[in-house]
Amino acid sequence: MIPEIGHFALILALCVAVVQSSLPIYGAAVGNSALMAVAKPAARGQFLLVLIAFCSLGYAFADKDFSVLYVAATSNSQLPLHYRLAAIWGAHEGSLLLWTFILTIWMFAVTLFSTHLPDTMRSRILGVMGLVSMGFLLFMLTVSNPFERLIPAAADGRDLNPLLQDPGMVMHPPMLYMGYVGFSVAFAFAIAALLGGNLDAAWARWSRPWTTVAWCFLTIGIALGSGWAYYELGWGGWWFWDPVENASFMPWLAGTALIHSLAVTDKRGGFKVWTVLLAIMAFSLSLLGTFLVRSGVLTSVHAFATDPKRGLFILAFLAVVIGGSLVLYAWRAPRVGLGGGFSLVSREAMLLGNNVLLVAAMGSVLLGTLYPLFLDALDLGKISVGPPYFDSVFAPLMTPAIFLMGIGPLVQWKKADMPDLAKRLRWAFGVSLVTALALPIILGNWTPLLSLGLLLAIWIVTTALVSLRERLAHVEGSGLMARLMMVSRSYWGMLLAHCGIAVFIVGVTMVKGFETEQDVRMNVGETATIGGYTFRFDGAQDVMGPNYTAARGTFHVSQDGRDATMMYPEKRRYTAQNQVMTEAAIDSGLLRDLYVSLGEPLDDGAWSVRLYYKPFVDWIWGGCLIMALGGVLAVSDRRYRLAWRREAQDVPAATRTARRKVA
Amino acid sequence: MKPRQKRFAIIGLGLLVLAVATALVLNAFQSNLVFFFTPTQVANGEVPKGRSFRIGGMVEDGSLTREGDGLTVHFVVTDMAKRVPVTYKGILPDLFKEGKGAVAQGQLVADGTFVASEVLAKHDENYMPPEAAEALAKAKASGAQSSNTLVVQPQ
Repeated sequence: MIPEIGHFALILALCVAVVQSSLPIYGAAVGNSALMAVAKPAARGQFLLVLIAFCSLGYAFADKDFSVLYVAATSNSQLPLHYRLAAIWGAHEGSLLLWTFILTIWMFAVTLFSTHLPDTMRSRILGVMGLVSMGFLLFMLTVSNPFERLIPAAADGRDLNPLLQDPGMVMHPPMLYMGYVGFSVAFAFAIAALLGGNLDAAWARWSRPWTTVAWCFLTIGIALGSGWAYYELGWGGWWFWDPVENASFMPWLAGTALIHSLAVTDKRGGFKVWTVLLAIMAFSLSLLGTFLVRSGVLTSVHAFATDPKRGLFILAFLAVVIGGSLVLYAWRAPRVGLGGGFSLVSREAMLLGNNVLLVAAMGSVLLGTLYPLFLDALDLGKISVGPPYFDSVFAPLMTPAIFLMGIGPLVQWKKADMPDLAKRLRWAFGVSLVTALALPIILGNWTPLLSLGLLLAIWIVTTALVSLRERLAHVEGSGLMARLMMVSRSYWGMLLAHCGIAVFIVGVTMVKGFETEQDVRMNVGETATIGGYTFRFDGAQDVMGPNYTAARGTFHVSQDGRDATMMYPEKRRYTAQNQVMTEAAIDSGLLRDLYVSLGEPLDDGAWSVRLYYKPFVDWIWGGCLIMALGGVLAVSDRRYRLAWRREAQDVPAATRTARRKVA
Repeated sequence: MKPRQKRFAIIGLGLLVLAVATALVLNAFQSNLVFFFTPTQVANGEVPKGRSFRIGGMVEDGSLTREGDGLTVHFVVTDMAKRVPVTYKGILPDLFKEGKGAVAQGQLVADGTFVASEVLAKHDENYMPPEAAEALAKAKASGAQSSNTLVVQPQ
């Protein structure tokens, strides 16, 4: 009964979506305020209906209702409740429901925080979002229904893939989708602006916080996925340039470019057309990512071709959304105008450089991800594009981008003076260069890449300090603390996010430069030494889990003869599908991780064992977290809160120009 | 500079960056493509010499042996038509099993053994590497030998 309620709620939601995507947009076009007023209640109603559907599916999982096909396919009676609930997004159908649910959450948020928007704008935004949700609801109801019954009911479920039975993986998809779908708001803003033909600075100011919030979620989502791969796959790697990963990274790159381009549109009224294109791009890539991961096209192009219903629907949907918005763009963009001019040395130019490089990087990832699929689809052979390709393309593209990242915040808008800039930055550059050259030599392993990585990281931090010092000189206030308090939160947010990149680079560079690994056969009582730590294998015992049995190894770790820690890696066998999985043991630290995973049992209680010493590896995810925190800080800035409250009464021109000077 | 010249300078600079990026990308792309071959293609000598490539198929039942160091393993990858002996030193992924699909990357040495530098495990819901499934399907389609017990399809 409950699943039918969920199913019915989805059908009603589709009806509401049809109304929401037609009447308000038409109303905005003809200026009928009664029709426009439909948008808000429709969006809220849709949220409620999809919430009911989502809870119904959750109930079916909690209730172990194996007469629902999706529940039987992704859970098991032995599976603990929290993983049963997480199994809602454990496979195709449910993750689409999650996607739609999150879309309605964003729609609901738009209805809450858009009171200051003009009616036409708001109804167009909600209308566009309604169109997107209509597509997804239609998809679920026609070819991918999570509530489909299985008659007769299965005695027990097939269980959730053991790899997904993990806290990191529970949080990863919702975070990622919050990011993906969050870009739909920026997209809807862009389309609404194209429809209305009024793309001004106010438009950019409205869409900035939405974009930044979505970007924060996406950053956290990607970091969670990467962390999960690190500790769950037992290989100690944190990024594999796997198509699944690339699918989430491409919208991130486009979204990062969008955030910076929006800054120019907001502050200077420039880059308008480009910003709109980026907003379309970011959301299109989010859709593409969903398509790549969820249509099965990555698993096998040909399997996808033989069961084409789902894939064709998504492809058609992609074509409609991307094609439609690009046509609209081509038609309406000339009206929008180009915005003010700027000199070659100016903050606009630096941000343009950043945008070009980020988009080029995105394009190279896109090429490496899609090219093998194309070849395969055309039967021209099977190839794979390995990590070396991405590594060798990414470093040269990101190096200038990060160099610009240091300079950008210090350069004036419109026109800056090159010699003056060089003078302000010479100390930062000197310190970075000397430290980057000296540090690896002191640490005893000099390589060009190591120095380059450190140079970029230190460059970001030193230029941030220079920028902060100059900023403090400009604000009024007695005493350092008072001045620090005067600096706007969006500025702090930017500095913090940039420093997050620095922390991330340190992590990547140090892991690449100094990690050591060893695959060894270890008898009971035998020791192996790696990175200054001595591991003694004390044997493995059998243990029982709720839905698995495991061999748990005991490792005694010591450093310089002193006890450091005990580590217990496991080799689990999940009973429902008889699948073996490695559960690595990790001793995390600020400066290093120790990582032990069990290979296979050999004779006499011996095991093959993989040992890693990974310096600074946690800085990779720490950096991502700092970036996201920077984004949150920027969104909490006073200017947005002011904007919420009194968009109608114009902010006095004098204070605005004063603020702009500081910015 | 006049606005006109400025615009040209910016456009020129943008194009230059794009050109450099494209050159970089295509160059890296060319040298990092890893081609995939089936055991039949390996047996027919279609594979590149001195360059790393991937093979895929099924790990033959009973072919897995382990040397005394516990790390060096030997097994046979087959597409049911031809067999390729593979050597690998290291820990095999969890999803590696006799009678299941596998993909290995490495080079062919003079005695016809494939020395793998990497044995791949994909982390998605599908337990059969797609390349391996296709190698089997191809060999089957060409009529070499068919046996329905051996074609491992994802559930």
